[in-house]
Amino acid sequence: MNQFAISATNLVKEFKANKHVVTAINGLSLQVAPGETYGLIGPDGAGKTTTTRVILGLLSRTSGESSVLGFDSMNDMYEIRKRVGYIAQQFSLPPPLTVMENMLFFAGIHSVSSEQQKKRIPELLAFAGLSEFMNRLAGKLSGGMKKKLALACSLIHEPQVVMLDEPTLGVDPVSRREFWNLLGNLRAERGLTIFVCTHYMDEAERCTRVGLMYEGKLIVDDSPANIKRIIPGHVLEFMPSDFAAARKLCNEMDGVLEVQTYGDKLHVFVGDVAKRKPQIEAALASQGITHDNLREIEVRMEEAFISLIRRQKESVEQDGMLTQKSEMSGEI
Amino acid sequence: MSAELFVTQSQVTPILVQNLTRRFGAFTAVDDVSFSVQAGEVFGWLGPNGAGKTTTIRMLLGLIKPSSGSAFVSGFNSATQTKLVHAHVGYMSQQFTLYNDLTAMQNIRFYGGVHGLSSDELRQRISEIIQMAGLVGRENTLTGSLSGGWKQRLALGCAIVHHPKVVFLDEPTAGVDPISRRQFWELIYQMAKDGVTVLVTTHYMDEAELCQRVGFISAGRLVALDSVSQLKLTQMRGQVLEINVSDPEKAVRILKAAQQSHQVPLDEVALYGAQIHAVVPDAQEYNDAIQRLLTQDNIRVNSIEWIAPTLEDVFISSVKARVDAN
Ligand SMILES: Nc1ncnc2c1ncn2[C@@H]1O[C@H](COP(=O)(O)OP(=O)(O)OP(=O)(O)O)[C@@H](O)[C@H]1O
Ligand SMILES: Nc1ncnc2c1ncn2[C@@H]1O[C@H](COP(=O)(O)OP(=O)(O)OP(=O)(O)O)[C@@H](O)[C@H]1O
Ligand SMILES: [Mg+2]
Ligand SMILES: [Mg+2]
Repeated sequence: MNQFAISATNLVKEFKANKHVVTAINGLSLQVAPGETYGLIGPDGAGKTTTTRVILGLLSRTSGESSVLGFDSMNDMYEIRKRVGYIAQQFSLPPPLTVMENMLFFAGIHSVSSEQQKKRIPELLAFAGLSEFMNRLAGKLSGGMKKKLALACSLIHEPQVVMLDEPTLGVDPVSRREFWNLLGNLRAERGLTIFVCTHYMDEAERCTRVGLMYEGKLIVDDSPANIKRIIPGHVLEFMPSDFAAARKLCNEMDGVLEVQTYGDKLHVFVGDVAKRKPQIEAALASQGITHDNLREIEVRMEEAFISLIRRQKESVEQDGMLTQKSEMSGEI
Repeated sequence: MSAELFVTQSQVTPILVQNLTRRFGAFTAVDDVSFSVQAGEVFGWLGPNGAGKTTTIRMLLGLIKPSSGSAFVSGFNSATQTKLVHAHVGYMSQQFTLYNDLTAMQNIRFYGGVHGLSSDELRQRISEIIQMAGLVGRENTLTGSLSGGWKQRLALGCAIVHHPKVVFLDEPTAGVDPISRRQFWELIYQMAKDGVTVLVTTHYMDEAELCQRVGFISAGRLVALDSVSQLKLTQMRGQVLEINVSDPEKAVRILKAAQQSHQVPLDEVALYGAQIHAVVPDAQEYNDAIQRLLTQDNIRVNSIEWIAPTLEDVFISSVKARVDAN
């Protein structure tokens, strides 16, 4: 039991709203070992925030077990709070306080010694890019700056475990990398255990393990490398001159397993690159669609996520309608 | 309205910003910014945290007054004709502004009512928006108990309930999943096709690639204003090598060390999930050197390829260029 930093077994959480019951967590089990970085991903409303809050003891569970560092979520929530840094998806900072006062406030409630404060606060302010704005009221910071202040505050007491619910929501691309580098350093230096809910698939890629949540259940729980291996086929990437036409064309082609969009690029999944690549190029040319270099790329978590969720939805719908599953045109 | 007046009205620049400046005490949040957005254009308003994006939008909406300069929406002065501006725009703010104690449907009805929709129009719009936001079956859920991503979808719906001609979206896709993110953008494009002008901020650079034109603001100053393809030509210092390796975190440390010691003239090394983008003056020239550097340290290089820069490469490059300059 104690060997896990975070543990949940057959966890269930129901909300009673009006007359009906919403099952936000539906029999979820997961274990996170000390020093691991665990990423929880899933569609909007899958139950990620609820799972985080139940494990932390901020919401009561309906049934099942959950604990952090061996402390039971429901019975020992104060022990958990002492040892865990938490950032809520919709967090709030005391608005009448300045940036510095916020840091001191969080240091105070976690009884961080003044020696430690002198060392940690400047470091964290520098990380958050807030050193110049120490005396600004937190309420007057930009959205991303507030988020970075909240991140800095959650790390001030050097927690053993952090549970972060969309920590980089609204944070710019450069700061997002700096935040992950900081987490990486804390993991290397102090064996910090990290549990993070995120919609950024590049962040999920940096986790040691990823759980994919769907309608209250964990449908995949594995390393990013293994998750990407589940996805059949290879991905061809290109930027067509006529996006909609190219998408339609590829969708209807033989041997195309799936078509996804990524910004202004198309990602076309095929089984056999050598065979399909020239066919796609020829088909595009015949329609007068030009494109940049059509190349094979490695599958990333972004593609894996979309593919897995699509297939999950399809299988749920098909189960519901009791229709026969259509043969996938596989040619791996 | 006379026919002539109508014609001039429809040719008015939907968004026009002239030498716009906003100070808070001694601090300048927006510093002499000028740009315009044409009808039916999707304009990306990008920049690092605290750059001044939201402050610019707030001035365009007349929610705060400029210290100097001016902002016009559909030809109306945002500072002095605020009511007229509000009648023409849709606004999805970065901060959540729906009522948590109303249901999803009641929020749409409320925002529709504010904009003076008739009850017939409302009935139609409510079902359209519930559909669009993927909230079918959740019409009567209290907004406060919707998940973060669903709230965001509902907020977008409420912002466009009255079919505005100019729409300001401040980080509309923050906190929504990768699939809904794509749906948001299909919707944005649909609106633009129908002639709606869209100014949108985002920290997702793959989304920003979809904008027809991009303004890049840093520390209050407009530092670039162009099409995405043009920005990639003008703002990128060097060429990008995309590297796939066995241990990306370790490989980044090795490359950063080489950068520090000037072993290889690396302008930037950044991790994209499990991939590395290395920016060098000449991709072909340094390809081998980088590969050697990594294999020396027992990193397996699965592939290394010269690619066109992504907008994210450009963003990082120009933010770092500014940090270096200071
Ligand atoms: N207080 C509540 N009362 C009723 N239902 C709730 C409450 N909180 C959450 N829910 C419901 O529980 C489900 C899971 O929501 P949750 O916020 O955990 O999702 P999530 O995975 O974090 O989504 P997102 O990525 O959008 O933040 C949703 O159906 C949501 O409406
Ligand atoms: N009322 C205010 N008083 C003092 N400073 C303010 C006020 N409003 C904004 N600022 C400051 O102006 C700067 C720009 O803020 P703004 O919200 O426009 O940034 P942003 O580009 O939208 O950033 P983000 O990506 O984080 O949302 C910030 O330094 C912010 O703290
Ligand atoms: Mg959530
Ligand atoms: Mg903002």
